[in-house]
Amino acid sequence: MIRNDVLKTLLPIIRDELVVCNIGAPSQELHALDDQPTNFYMLGTMGLSSSIGFGLALAQDKPVISIDGDGSILTNMATLSTIANNPRDNFILLIIDNGSYGSTGDQPTYAGRKTSLAAVATACGCDHVVEVDAAQTAAAVKAALEARKMTIIVSKCDSGNVQVPVIDRNPIVIRERFMEAVEA
Amino acid sequence: MAKTLDKRIIGDFTAAGVDFVTSVPCKQLAGTIEVLDQTPAITHVPSNKEDEGMGLCAGAYMGGMRPAIFMQNTALGVVVNTLATLIQFYQIPLPMLISYRGEVGEPVACQVEMALHTKAILNQLHIPTYHFHTLADVEELPGILAHTQMCKKPVAILTDASFWRAAT
Ligand SMILES: [Mg+2]
Repeated sequence: MIRNDVLKTLLPIIRDELVVCNIGAPSQELHALDDQPTNFYMLGTMGLSSSIGFGLALAQDKPVISIDGDGSILTNMATLSTIANNPRDNFILLIIDNGSYGSTGDQPTYAGRKTSLAAVATACGCDHVVEVDAAQTAAAVKAALEARKMTIIVSKCDSGNVQVPVIDRNPIVIRERFMEAVEA
Repeated sequence: MAKTLDKRIIGDFTAAGVDFVTSVPCKQLAGTIEVLDQTPAITHVPSNKEDEGMGLCAGAYMGGMRPAIFMQNTALGVVVNTLATLIQFYQIPLPMLISYRGEVGEPVACQVEMALHTKAILNQLHIPTYHFHTLADVEELPGILAHTQMCKKPVAILTDASFWRAAT
């Protein structure tokens, strides 16, 4: 399974939840599969999906799912220590770990070699870290939502993208639509 | 040890409705950060790096809070992309209380190197910039914080060694 297959399995579970989605292919694929006002698409700023989602979880009580990637977590790895030390049970960080920089041509990341992001998250102090195969991702996200425990999920999947258009929505429209969904 | 000036600054932030602050410490901001932690009206979440901190602020803003970031001017070398593609692109109001190291009174030569680029970077990014040099300059803070919310932009408040040295 590649990222787009994993996202398809997630749709029924995340459709009505607040989702902060990683820059590039992940946001473009989610937008093409099932655009929802509860989705915040990052159009720039690689690495900050985890931090934006965590800030949102700190500010209000609805569950927040940050969909991140292995390359983006490596870019902003220290935020795992911020998350671990300020736990919020409405926060789920889903790291889709395909071992590559998908949006830039599938160059390999170190997470696909010797570095374990689950071990990094645990070492940072995150209490609930699970690593799952791609096919188990939806069940893991469902379980984390039901448990209402801050959970870091590392979903190991194959690298590869599907051809989808870039998101040409105005960023302020994305943000205002999302904020109305947060408040609703 | 926090001074009257530190308490006044945090008082102005809370009066402006700021209820979420992230910080990366600087010696000049130590007293202000100390007061932050004694202020129940503000959620203070320290960050490891200023771009991470701006991500937290963007999320907190979308969750209905009013964020601010406390940081050192050297960090402007870290956050150019985040300011342009997150804070400015999505129009998120963000007061940045910045310790302006490398100005007169600075003991560390290396700090002067980024001081030389500080206003140039802020100008290049079209970021409204206010420079607190004398103690009386702090009187502008409430107006600056209100202006930040009105225009939904990142706004820089540079606070130099002369300003902090005059503090009581
Ligand atoms: Mg990847």
